[in-house]
Amino acid sequence: MPFTRYAEVGRVVLVNYGPESGKIATIVDIVDQNKCLIDGPQDITGVVRQVIPFSRIALTDLTVKIQRNARAKTLKAAWAEADTLNKWEATSWAKKLAAKKKRASLSDFDRFKVMVAKKQKSAIIAKKMEELAA
Amino acid sequence: MTVAGVMRQYQVVGRKAATDDHPNPEAYRMIIFAPNAVIAKSKFWYYLHQFRKMKKTTGEILDCVELTEKNSRTVKNYGIWLRYSSRSGTHNMYREFRDVKLTGAVSQLYDEMAGRHRCRPRSIQIIRTATVGAKDLKRNNGMQFAKAGVKFPLPHRVSSAKRGQRALSDSTYSTVRPTTFFG
Repeated sequence: MPFTRYAEVGRVVLVNYGPESGKIATIVDIVDQNKCLIDGPQDITGVVRQVIPFSRIALTDLTVKIQRNARAKTLKAAWAEADTLNKWEATSWAKKLAAKKKRASLSDFDRFKVMVAKKQKSAIIAKKMEELAA
Repeated sequence: MTVAGVMRQYQVVGRKAATDDHPNPEAYRMIIFAPNAVIAKSKFWYYLHQFRKMKKTTGEILDCVELTEKNSRTVKNYGIWLRYSSRSGTHNMYREFRDVKLTGAVSQLYDEMAGRHRCRPRSIQIIRTATVGAKDLKRNNGMQFAKAGVKFPLPHRVSSAKRGQRALSDSTYSTVRPTTFFG
């Protein structure tokens, strides 16, 4: 399988480790084979402009058209033009992350509601199976 | 000197102590890379008594100020000229580093000299540092990353078990082998 995700200027990445973990950012410049300079843009994703090693980030499929070292303003405009935030939220990757987060933040009552819903779902399936078996 | 963590850049100014015959001796200014101000001042006297006839007991430090990077939001290419002593002699060297700050490049220098040449920080003297434009780079490693449109995949991604990210997962056992290909 050939490589499709490249570490390049404009690549949208997900930060995996550190204080900004779970947030997405854009590669603004590459320092060397181990680290790159990323920027949120800060107003959209909350990631400050910083140098981060590649071991702390995961490349996504999304890219943004920017020049190397793009200013925050240009980056924001490019993000708005490419509608990157919505594109990211629509990916199944982002949805899975959101679901995990939601599941971890459930209260006991929410977990009760989930249990009841699961029971209802399996009751419907069992009834249908019975019909099909007959 | 011990180099723990990031180096800092200091401007140290000193002169011989004023006497009745010479009430206003000439002041000398040096840029010193050191982990803290105490070591910076000590290095100042180390160099100055090599270059001029003055030492700590007969001189005074007028100023020691930390210099901060003007723009730490862009990646720059730094060329560093240094002199180091190896086991068999002392040599001059020129190395290039890409970093966001000059102090970052100098920290990289000390780490790399230790790794590649087993050279301790006490054996390294930095002669000169400069910001180098991309077209004036002389070493291959920096040149390939300073090029426009540089892109590369991240092959064979291994998650470090020491981090405990995936090593301490929910289940002790797994039926699937881990994957190192992430596109």
